[in-house]
Amino acid sequence: MNALPEPAIPETVHRAIAHDSADKHVRGAALYVDDIPEPRDLLHAAIGWSSRAHARILSLDLAAVAAAPGVVAVLAARDLTASNDIGPVLPGDPVFADGLVEYHGQSIFAVAADCVGAARRAARLARVEYQDLPAVLTIEQALADESYILPTRILRRGDAAAALAGASRRLKGRFGVGGQDHFYLEGQVAMAVPGEDGDMLIHSSTQHPTEVQHLVAKVLGLPDHAVVTEVRRMGGGFGGKETQAAIVACVAALLARRTGRPVKLRLDRDDDMILTGKRHDFLIDYDVGFGADGRIAGVEFMLASRCGMSPDLSASINDRAMFHADNCYFLQNVTIVSHRCKTHTVSNTAFRGFGGPQGMMAIEYVMDEIARDLGLDPLEVRKANFYGTTERNVTPYGMTVEDNIIPALVAELEASSDYAARRAAVDEFNRTSPWLKKGLALTPVKFGISFTAKHLNQAGALVHVYTDGSIQLNHGGTEMGQGLFVKVAQVVAEELGVALDRVKLTATSTAKVPNTSPTAASSGADLNGKAAQAAARTIRERLADLAAARFGVPADAITFRDGQVSGGGQVIAFPDLVKAAYFARIQLSATGFYTTPRLDWNEATHQGRPFFYFAYGASVSEVAIDVLTGETKILRVDILHDCGRSLNPAIDLGQVEGGFVQGMGWLTTEELAWDAAGRLTTHAPSTYKIPTASDVPRDFRVALYRGDNREDAIYRSKAVGEPPLMLGISVFHALKDAVAAAAGPVRFDAPATPERVLLAIEANR
Amino acid sequence: MDRIRFVIDGEVRTVERFDPTRTVLEYLRETEGRCGTKEGCAEGDCGACTVALGELVDGAVRHRAVNACILFLGAIDGKELVTVESLAKPEAPAHPVQQALVECHGSQCGFCTPGFVMSLYAVWREGDAPTRSGIEQALAGNLCRCTGYRPIVAAAERACAASDRSESRRVATAEQLRAIRPTEMLAIEQNGRRFLAPTGLDELAHLVLAHPDAVLLAGGTDVGLWVTKQQRRLPTVIYLGRVAGLADLAVGTDRIEIGAGVTYTDAMPVLAKYHPEIDGLLRRLGSVQIRNAGTIGGNIANGSPIGDSLPALIALGASLVLRRGPVERTLPLEDYFLAYRKTALAPGEFVARIRVPMAAADTRFRTYKIAKRFDQDISAVCAGFAVTIRADRVVDLRLAFGGMAGIPARARACEQALIGQPWTQAAVLAALPLLTQDFAPLSDMRASADYRARVAANLVRKFQIETSGAGPVGVLALAEAQP
Ligand SMILES: Cc1cc2nc3c(=O)[nH]c(=O)nc-3n(C[C@H](O)[C@H](O)[C@H](O)COP(=O)(O)OP(=O)(O)OC[C@H]3O[C@@H](n4cnc5c(N)ncnc54)[C@H](O)[C@@H]3O)c2cc1C
Ligand code: FES
Ligand code: FES
Repeated sequence: MNALPEPAIPETVHRAIAHDSADKHVRGAALYVDDIPEPRDLLHAAIGWSSRAHARILSLDLAAVAAAPGVVAVLAARDLTASNDIGPVLPGDPVFADGLVEYHGQSIFAVAADCVGAARRAARLARVEYQDLPAVLTIEQALADESYILPTRILRRGDAAAALAGASRRLKGRFGVGGQDHFYLEGQVAMAVPGEDGDMLIHSSTQHPTEVQHLVAKVLGLPDHAVVTEVRRMGGGFGGKETQAAIVACVAALLARRTGRPVKLRLDRDDDMILTGKRHDFLIDYDVGFGADGRIAGVEFMLASRCGMSPDLSASINDRAMFHADNCYFLQNVTIVSHRCKTHTVSNTAFRGFGGPQGMMAIEYVMDEIARDLGLDPLEVRKANFYGTTERNVTPYGMTVEDNIIPALVAELEASSDYAARRAAVDEFNRTSPWLKKGLALTPVKFGISFTAKHLNQAGALVHVYTDGSIQLNHGGTEMGQGLFVKVAQVVAEELGVALDRVKLTATSTAKVPNTSPTAASSGADLNGKAAQAAARTIRERLADLAAARFGVPADAITFRDGQVSGGGQVIAFPDLVKAAYFARIQLSATGFYTTPRLDWNEATHQGRPFFYFAYGASVSEVAIDVLTGETKILRVDILHDCGRSLNPAIDLGQVEGGFVQGMGWLTTEELAWDAAGRLTTHAPSTYKIPTASDVPRDFRVALYRGDNREDAIYRSKAVGEPPLMLGISVFHALKDAVAAAAGPVRFDAPATPERVLLAIEANR
Repeated sequence: MDRIRFVIDGEVRTVERFDPTRTVLEYLRETEGRCGTKEGCAEGDCGACTVALGELVDGAVRHRAVNACILFLGAIDGKELVTVESLAKPEAPAHPVQQALVECHGSQCGFCTPGFVMSLYAVWREGDAPTRSGIEQALAGNLCRCTGYRPIVAAAERACAASDRSESRRVATAEQLRAIRPTEMLAIEQNGRRFLAPTGLDELAHLVLAHPDAVLLAGGTDVGLWVTKQQRRLPTVIYLGRVAGLADLAVGTDRIEIGAGVTYTDAMPVLAKYHPEIDGLLRRLGSVQIRNAGTIGGNIANGSPIGDSLPALIALGASLVLRRGPVERTLPLEDYFLAYRKTALAPGEFVARIRVPMAAADTRFRTYKIAKRFDQDISAVCAGFAVTIRADRVVDLRLAFGGMAGIPARARACEQALIGQPWTQAAVLAALPLLTQDFAPLSDMRASADYRARVAANLVRKFQIETSGAGPVGVLALAEAQP
């Protein structure tokens, strides 16, 4: 299949090209699910949810709901005939609670009415009689009760206990890392349109159309072929629409089935935040032994996460946390115990980084503590522990780090950010400033690329060339703002040597490319780019053969460039060749399929190669804190990030900057709070604070690292969706540095709100 | 009048028979089918629904950004409504702010983008090239979860750098707006629920007396949320935004008088001229969109313990003019708040004006706002402090706090202890333990009681430091001083 040469000078890949929908975005012309012209007779739905964290439902009286003005249908668990469980991997996620509620906000029933307001008002009228049961709400409580949703996993290499016992210095501690709400600007939404034979068309804002298709079919008792899911774009996903979109789609579909009318369910912001899962919060214990140079001799971690009431994706998320507790560092003797706590709170789910960020926080916190103990600059300790290139280069899970660029990348950033001089300046400032303190930190990132569930590392694409030479492209990936569509279109345009605007992107549809994986794990462009490339190459080969025959040259002498096909000094316009191919009865449509190579992973032993390659990056943050109030300000940030040979530097830069700011928000202002009854009290932007424009450092220097992916990923690029989020960890550690300047070493939990900063400073007073 | 008229894309639109608390966002998306304006939160916090309102001011059309999600349709009577679709027809070239966003890669998922376009459009219409700080303020009410804002700020700089402000869209003309200027009371009624918009003060006083159960609507930045978030059905709404005289601002020799209908945006420059300290506080109150709609009158009247303007106004010794029917009375602002969400406002009464005295030359005044996020956040603790020092002794001290009790209140015990003392850190430290007599704050999702108590005490220390020669000491001042 690789008979054709790579184009010598790429025309569309590796270029900074605007997002395909940018012009529509700015004109308000890009359609999201709620903007699709509404079908006749459309009904609007709302979900009624539990007001208890853990209780038996003694009775459920929906008479007032049904009688409310405008209401057309009401559904609860008792009305479901086929299935009520939509757990994505393991069972445990009912559409409607059946006799038992396990979190405050759990769906109990749904109502369809003739307008949104009527549905939402009616949903408040249910009379539910509960019998409260004891609720486990926090990680501490779950650990004490050994309340786990999945079995504890242990990853071990060497003999950590012996290394700890023999180390010249040893530190132990505990700290917490908070969760995070996705806060995609477009909330969860789906519209179900019934068709003939009981078929169902679902317009869903989902990262996983196939799963929505499958689960809708399941709850309706239909074969998968009767359900089509379509997604043109999402207004943000970040992992929050990987599994969490399903309940919204299923409720809309069930009500559509019941009424025979199209039904739209759009959660309002509060319902969205109360009803759907978030990033797992973690409680982390560490016990580390090290030498005078800061090099770790042995380390033991306990990573306990709050999974909530069901397994959802918690197995893979916690696995990934374990696989990133090494970050860029060689850990000779290590034990990582991973507890997956069951609590009576919403089931936590995928969120950009997928457990990786929390694992990385564990080791970065330890690096910082070691440095403070030894009176060293934390950067020196980090460097002393970096993976080697030929030795000290095997991860605790047995994968050799073949592509270690972190020492070089960090050295480059250290120089370009003027780290040493700024370290001295910060120390000097702190000596003379009683009320304000500064902090500085450089933290690296190494993030494993591939789904750890091996079977998900596959993708399909479908390319049609029409007789006018225009091209329609479809693949299994979904567009949520990350620029996947334009990247894959660039690949197809490149392969066929046509201008980008000849390639039309179409909505992701389970009717076009089936059995797709979620657009997740940063893998969208890697997988779908390769699948689309394969499809385009199939067509290109067919066309090349035809051109070769016409020009009387071998097929490998044919080139596709600038909308023209040439060989042996002869040229034909691409549309003319396509037309000729049509008349020659040559198929102008092809599918492409791709599976990620080199993966060799034993789920049971946690050993092998779960990742195709690693993506790297590093960031330096400088911050100031107010010793009297705990208020903070980020003064400057420098980033150097590795996207391999970027497919589209404009898109990748956006991912890097946006990811960093999201990571910064996670670790600073974004605090989720629950009350003693297990109610989320931060369920709207008035109380849950994601960064605004003024939180972003004015001095913000972001660069992409130069260097190809050494693996054969699409055009030697690297995945970029998740890794940059973890660049935000440097902000947390810069704040920790500033707090230490004010108060010495103290426990410091994330997110570092002004309150946490002040209480940390005053903890020793 | 039982219908409203407004200008959209150069044409006058007449709308009648609508739900009295229908929002402009619902109207745009559901009736006009203009889906460019998005709903991200329905509570004024995300800016996805931002539109611009054009009004006739001194003979010219002036545009301001507002949140369509909490703006009732009746409130746009007589104005121009500008949405993202207005800026460029589908076949026409994009507007300069739109173009700049494309060129700077300012959109990713694009859901926030129309709102940013409209906020930037309002800035662009102003005509000046804003500073970085000005851009950050203009965007504080717009959340973006994807981009990290850097490219959006760049787009703002690019669009506003060009001096050419000509645009292809049909901007409402002064004549058009003059022709639809409301002159008589608007009364929208549907299914027994009403939206009433009087035009004169006496008419208003009469209506409020006649409908003691009516909800008074000023900017709607609180009231709007009762409808969109709590699904409340308000029976009668009396809109204050068209009452001539209620939006007057008068500067006398000894005081400033602010009509209860004056928006934050209009009050800010005047207040800041005489009390420069208050500017830093008010520019962190809500966002541009909120300040363009919301009023200080509403901030006071709603009786919340965390209204940001209150500690500052109490520290300045402000008083209220309340009116019931034809009768007016005045009341010191601090006496207005009785208990949590309970005020001295009598049935049938409304806030007419706020009186803010001029500061004495030897009084030092400062304000503080402590929140999780710098911009567009509700305070955990808010403070307004004023100290008068004569002959090295404290002769007058007002330490007013929000967020420390069920009402905004002064730290009387602490104040008393400091009167007659030298204004030193030692004296402050000696008096601060008395704060525990003054306040027993609560814990909630914004802050713990412990943090509130500590930060309140530390703010008094900071006040002493800053008023004793150090000048502003804070991370913002530090950041702004950075090269
Ligand atoms: C996104 C957002 C951010 C916000 N941020 C802040 C913030 O940072 N700090 C802060 O303090 N507040 C904030 N608020 C709250 C709000 O903006 C203020 O309380 C505002 O001042 C209310 O004014 P309004 O004109 O909008 O009042 P409305 O909502 O119209 O009315 C508020 C209340 O006052 C009554 N009322 C209004 N005018 C009168 C009158 N003349 N006489 C008698 N009663 C009257 C109304 O009946 C109602 O009960 C925010 C609100 C939102 C939505
Ligand atoms: S929808 Fe969020 S501010 Fe209006
Ligand atoms: S581009 Fe997605 S929220 Fe701003």
